[in-house]
Amino acid sequence: MTHDGGAGGSRLGGTAVLVGARDDAPMSDRSRRSARRRAPGSAPARGPGRRRASVVPYAFIAPALILLTMFGLLPILVAAGVSLTDLDIGGLGNPETIRFIGLANYERLFADPEFWQALRTTGFFVVVGVPVIIAVSLAIAVALNTSQSRFFRALRAFYFLPAITAIVAVALIWGYLYNSQFGLLNQLLAQVGLGPVGWLSDPTTARLSVALVAVWRATGLNTIIFLAALQSVPKEYHEAAALDGAGRWTTFWRVTFPLLRFALFFVTVTTLIGWLQFFDEPYVLTRGGPVGATTSMSLFIFQKGFSLNQFGYASAGSLVLFAIIAVVTAIQLRMRSTDD
Amino acid sequence: MTDRRRRPIVVAVGALLTVGALATSFPFVWMVTSSLKPPSEALAVPPTLLPRSPSLDAYARLFTELDFGRYLVNTIVVVLIGGVGLLAMAMAGYGFAKYRFRGRGVLFLLVLMTLMIPVQVTMIPTYLILNELHLTNTLVGVAAPTLVSAFGIFLFRQFMATIPDELLEAARLDGAGELRTFWRIVLPLSKPILAVQAVLTFIAGWNSFLWPLIIATDQDKYTLAVGLSLLNQQITVNPTLQMAGSSLMVVPIIVVFVCFQRYIVQGFTMSGLK
Repeated sequence: MTHDGGAGGSRLGGTAVLVGARDDAPMSDRSRRSARRRAPGSAPARGPGRRRASVVPYAFIAPALILLTMFGLLPILVAAGVSLTDLDIGGLGNPETIRFIGLANYERLFADPEFWQALRTTGFFVVVGVPVIIAVSLAIAVALNTSQSRFFRALRAFYFLPAITAIVAVALIWGYLYNSQFGLLNQLLAQVGLGPVGWLSDPTTARLSVALVAVWRATGLNTIIFLAALQSVPKEYHEAAALDGAGRWTTFWRVTFPLLRFALFFVTVTTLIGWLQFFDEPYVLTRGGPVGATTSMSLFIFQKGFSLNQFGYASAGSLVLFAIIAVVTAIQLRMRSTDD
Repeated sequence: MTDRRRRPIVVAVGALLTVGALATSFPFVWMVTSSLKPPSEALAVPPTLLPRSPSLDAYARLFTELDFGRYLVNTIVVVLIGGVGLLAMAMAGYGFAKYRFRGRGVLFLLVLMTLMIPVQVTMIPTYLILNELHLTNTLVGVAAPTLVSAFGIFLFRQFMATIPDELLEAARLDGAGELRTFWRIVLPLSKPILAVQAVLTFIAGWNSFLWPLIIATDQDKYTLAVGLSLLNQQITVNPTLQMAGSSLMVVPIIVVFVCFQRYIVQGFTMSGLK
């Protein structure tokens, strides 16, 4: 679901760190307070950075921080600013022509039926996609965890392959399989006297076809996360449950499953964000068609911004998407903290 | 739970998983076999699984008729530039893990915050920023936006925090400077995490599509992914050529992944995802 190979990792980390950040914040606050208590300029007494602590740490973090600021934090501010203007391709070359138009882009956005359709489409993908990915990847992880033999470990790689495949290659491969005239799927259906199915040309089918590719790609990563969690469940727990006469099924639901809570939470949050940002598969397979049936929010923004060059309007859309993602993530974090 | 009682279940699960693995990887098999077929056979009804007369013609055409040689070189350059980002992330991870300094908490929080920002928000502004810096349509511009990831910094910090302070102190007592300590002590000790990050960086750089698409406007700056997407516009013309291009992109990644698989799974375990 990610826009390229790397984002999977970074988005994945996104929420891990989000969660970690909550635990981390009080600690760093404390260390800052303790730093303030000392004389200004003097480094805290603990740790190896005691000597020459003045510029050295800043020099170490500077290159990465400059890059992150330039391509992470600054863009948010720029987007917020641009969303209040009528910036288009002409404005890029001629900054004087850019006009400040207040919230007009947002007003236009909320009156735009295309925007609402994109929002509904994204909602459809979230509702269908999230449970499917979680169920499939958890099932595969549990199955892979039945045995630690070499054979089972070799099988893992097969499930992970789609996750590391370039999206463009994915598009070509699946486009070929889905092709309505000579694609393998329709040819196989024809063998048993069915079809042809318009995999990418019928609006409803196209949605499902595109979602299937996304599930195929996203399952591997989540399977690995569940697998890592399953392997951290102490063996003694299972032995104890077995001694108490618990069956395999009971053991899973009563012992293993509760211990997967964090992994499950993590996968839910990242998968949800992934579907909210759903872009790659519809972009490469259908370009959002037919008749906008697979145009997600992200694709809507991309089309307005880069095909139509309405940067101001697209920025407004991207901030609305950002707000939705932030709210959904915050709700989930809140639910988790009341849960514990 | 004796082994004897588990046996039939393990065999049944193994069989199911094998079927699933074959289904999951079938598109790749289809890709490779189709790339070896002559164009007419790729469109044949009924389809053949194995090519009747396998040939590497399509691969040759990618390099002779199309400019895939240049795309390949560009992609390798982008991947290599990614190595700079790797070093920056390792340094930042070390800075956050092993020094205490003013603003550390706030700055680290800032790093983590960048993870919440969806790429669609940064797409347009990043283009504008790169345009300001005159980096559009350059390979540096293509690589720059994804050079550093907060996730990478986080992983490095987690790992480097486990390096004993005594080792660093000993190096300093021996008169090693801060940079030398980092280079000679910290980096060699961080090999496992470096391996994970190097593989992830390689995969990300190799596969990256969106930024090259936006930033590279001239053909001679295209990466493999962008070049391949050009073939996509000719879907009815030549599936063989498309599958050959796809294989060219996918097979190296599969090789890298299979070689480093162990480290990647470890990497996720190390990051404390339990």
